[in-house]
Amino acid sequence: MEEKFDVAIVGAGPAGISAACVLADRGAKVIVVERGEYPGSKNMFGGVLYGQSLGRVIPDYAQKSCPIERNIVESRISYLSEEGSIGFAYRDQAFFGKLHNNAFTVGRAKFDRWFAEQARAKGALVVCSTVVTDLLRDGAGRVIGVKTDRADGELHAKVVLLADGINSPLAVKSGFRPEARPESVALAVKELIELPEEVIDERFGVSAGNGVTIEILGSVTLGMNGVAFVYTNRRSISLGIGANLCDFAKQRVRPYEMIERLKLHPAISPLIKGGKPREYLAHWLPEGGWESVPKLFHDGLLIAGDSAMLFNALHREGSNLAMTSGRLAAETILHALEKGDFTSRTLKGYAARMEESFVLKDLKKYRRFPSFLKTHGELFTTLPRGALEALREILTVDDTPKETRRKSAWRAIRGRLTPLGLLRLLFDAWRSIR
Amino acid sequence: MTVEDKLFLDRFNVDEDSHLRLIDPDTCIEKCREQPCLYICPANVYKLEKDRISVNYEGCLECGSCRIGCPHFNIDWRFPRGGYGVRHKFG
Ligand SMILES: Cc1cc2nc3c(=O)[nH]c(=O)nc-3n(C[C@H](O)[C@H](O)[C@H](O)COP(=O)(O)OP(=O)(O)OC[C@H]3O[C@@H](n4cnc5c(N)ncnc54)[C@H](O)[C@@H]3O)c2cc1C
Ligand code: SF4
Ligand code: SF4
Repeated sequence: MEEKFDVAIVGAGPAGISAACVLADRGAKVIVVERGEYPGSKNMFGGVLYGQSLGRVIPDYAQKSCPIERNIVESRISYLSEEGSIGFAYRDQAFFGKLHNNAFTVGRAKFDRWFAEQARAKGALVVCSTVVTDLLRDGAGRVIGVKTDRADGELHAKVVLLADGINSPLAVKSGFRPEARPESVALAVKELIELPEEVIDERFGVSAGNGVTIEILGSVTLGMNGVAFVYTNRRSISLGIGANLCDFAKQRVRPYEMIERLKLHPAISPLIKGGKPREYLAHWLPEGGWESVPKLFHDGLLIAGDSAMLFNALHREGSNLAMTSGRLAAETILHALEKGDFTSRTLKGYAARMEESFVLKDLKKYRRFPSFLKTHGELFTTLPRGALEALREILTVDDTPKETRRKSAWRAIRGRLTPLGLLRLLFDAWRSIR
Repeated sequence: MTVEDKLFLDRFNVDEDSHLRLIDPDTCIEKCREQPCLYICPANVYKLEKDRISVNYEGCLECGSCRIGCPHFNIDWRFPRGGYGVRHKFG
């Protein structure tokens, strides 16, 4: 491939395709290189996309038959101990009306493929089954293209956008991001469990096309810093669990055994009962937060999405940060094309745009959250046990006077956590999200 | 459900050449006490045989964990060739 492109994008995920759409819309000559056989064939996530972020790229996505599984109308949080669960659920009529598709579930194999089709329709070239193995540079070290594993594999471009996701040997090899460390990623596994549509509607108390998300915390991660989730798709449930990679190694827990245990939990098993497992997947999530975001621009190169470690763990937002960063990278590149300058001088505009956007503002605000979870192991061990026992004390009805019950409830917590420990937990929690 | 059952649900386009290679197999047996690859890999790719670690790359889910989790950086890790490896149906 001898021809020269304006922009070469590595990776056809939400970040790369968002950039490709914006660039192609404005007439730039774009190529997206994807290692999978089709976009999405290597990707998995929990399952929730955000309509507003997608709408900024494809305003009429719903009319363009975007493969939406379910519109989320209820968000639950479940705090599990070995024997039970404490929960919180939020449902709002607004999600049926003006906030319809605020959040919805998708499967990445279908969604990424659809999204890439939109970019193609706008004129972008999307090439699959091709791994980018290195970046090309000129004598001055400026990035001028990519090298692929194809025989005629060099592609020249004025700007390269790295949107290759969190597992990026490429960013490491080219020196634009240090290798991920086991403590800065979470490893998650997910099973897709098939159930009839009506059974899901009934089990989760929703009408057709609407759905529920459940975020799960507590003892299910066997003392490791991690979370689990249950999300509803149209005819299946996504069940997943993940924890800090460091913790897996330390505790010698096998991810596939952990998900099996999750399935047997008394609060989870009724939700998936009778379902048929259809797929088993694994992927990393960025856990480092703001501190781990690398420099976003270089001569001839920008970095977007998971490749730049953009993930908001507190709010389970990643795809929207990927889409927004891809879009802002594209706007910066359009400006550079206009000026004819592809050095850092112009490309640094991307960092400025990112800092003004919610992406870096949110990550900065919650920068203490990753270390909060890391330093409070009791959240995953003794606290769920204590909380459940305390509630059990309060809600058991027998001849015991309430005063005695209340004291035992308090003891259930205190026996596991000193008052000072509890105070520190609350204070650190408040500080990490303040 | 065993991990083998789980992997059986997935589709793979298996290349003849492995994309994972132990750089020095002796290190695994002689120097690596913890052998974390046996635990952290979600696809149970690494198995302890009598006198070595075997690498069943065919079922690799391409997460990258073994690459950074190996304390001796003893795994030469590449993506499978373009179009090969795991192929998600739903994602
Ligand atoms: C278990 C889990 C649950 C999650 N839940 C949610 C959620 O509910 N909501 C949410 O918003 N976010 C969630 N996320 C995060 C979200 O998935 C990511 O933030 C998002 O996918 C990042 O998009 P991206 O385009 O940056 O990267 P990716 O989606 O990873 O895309 C990168 C693309 O680049 C390709 N690629 C990589 N290297 C190369 C190469 N060398 N050559 C060619 N192609 C290459 C890959 O095949 C891939 O298609 C979750 C993640 C996980 C793992
Ligand atoms: S962790 Fe690395 S060195 Fe240790 S056994 Fe596994 S591959 Fe070998
Ligand atoms: S990349 Fe992930 S799935 Fe593949 S061998 Fe390494 S740890 Fe196992």
